[in-house]
Amino acid sequence: MEFRELVTTKTKEKFGSDVVDITNFRDDLSIEIKPERLLSFCKFLKEDSELDFAMCVDVTAIDWAKRKNRFTTVYHIYSLTNNFNLRIKSTIEDAKNPEIDSVTSVWKSADWYERETWDMYGIKFKNHPDLRRMYMPETFEYYPLRKDFPVMGIPGSLPLPKKEED
Amino acid sequence: MGLEAKLASDGFLTTKLDAVIAWCRKNSLWPMPMGISCCAIEMMSAVDPKYDMSRFGSEVMRFTPRQCDLIIVAGTVTYKMAHVVRRIYDQMPSPKWVIAMGACTSSGGMYRSYPVVQGIDQFLPVDVYTAGCPPRPENLLNALLELQKKIEGTRARDFQNKPLLDLNLSKN
Repeated sequence: MEFRELVTTKTKEKFGSDVVDITNFRDDLSIEIKPERLLSFCKFLKEDSELDFAMCVDVTAIDWAKRKNRFTTVYHIYSLTNNFNLRIKSTIEDAKNPEIDSVTSVWKSADWYERETWDMYGIKFKNHPDLRRMYMPETFEYYPLRKDFPVMGIPGSLPLPKKEED
Repeated sequence: MGLEAKLASDGFLTTKLDAVIAWCRKNSLWPMPMGISCCAIEMMSAVDPKYDMSRFGSEVMRFTPRQCDLIIVAGTVTYKMAHVVRRIYDQMPSPKWVIAMGACTSSGGMYRSYPVVQGIDQFLPVDVYTAGCPPRPENLLNALLELQKKIEGTRARDFQNKPLLDLNLSKN
């Protein structure tokens, strides 16, 4: 059996109705899973000896702006033994206070990726060891990659040093 | 044979003290290389033997602001970095001057977005702006010559009421 099929059949077998969608676009396999099962799904993908997704390459998010379920988190993971990239998606239902389980307990490398996602999208990762902003100042109140954030920023939201007039 | 040959025996010149001091200052500008991004590469190039900024007395790059009287801000200044740049500027003893090198520093350049300060003149008194992305070394030398022209016209009393070391660090 091809590895791609192995991933999909094992996923369907184990998680059945919790799998929202499986797509295969230009040889990229992505699996969408319900947010409640995300953590156990990630654990399964890593710990299954055949699948062996040992590496978390990236964590990011999508802001759909006008959809009811506004935020989707995206995880790119990689199996070194099988040379295979997999994308996991999970759509958060609460658009006001988006929250999802942190996957740092599965992949340590997700730590800074999730911090960046928190900084840029304001998605809270539950049980993250150190969820602070990554790029923007600690006192900043907005999330720059959200669709309702203006490109030029919000005037006065980032303080500048004073210039004395001479 | 220069002036000194003609004036070899008991020669003297009359001039103003202001003129002598300004002449000394303009030919011994010690720059603080505030290299933040790619402009810094061209700034290094301006000091190398090909362009040789030392011809204008300005080759002594000091990596501590306390020995500098010119800050060359070379690169994209973000809002976070602005506080650092200002802090370094504040530690320079006056009289001091600022060159804004390149498009980013002068106006934000191609980074027309939320994290980048759209021109360092929002928090620093800039003396000379330099166009280019990045500017060629000749352009930086030109900025230096422009600044020298500006310094030539200064008088001692222009700086008299300014403290030697203006440490305005309370806010940072």
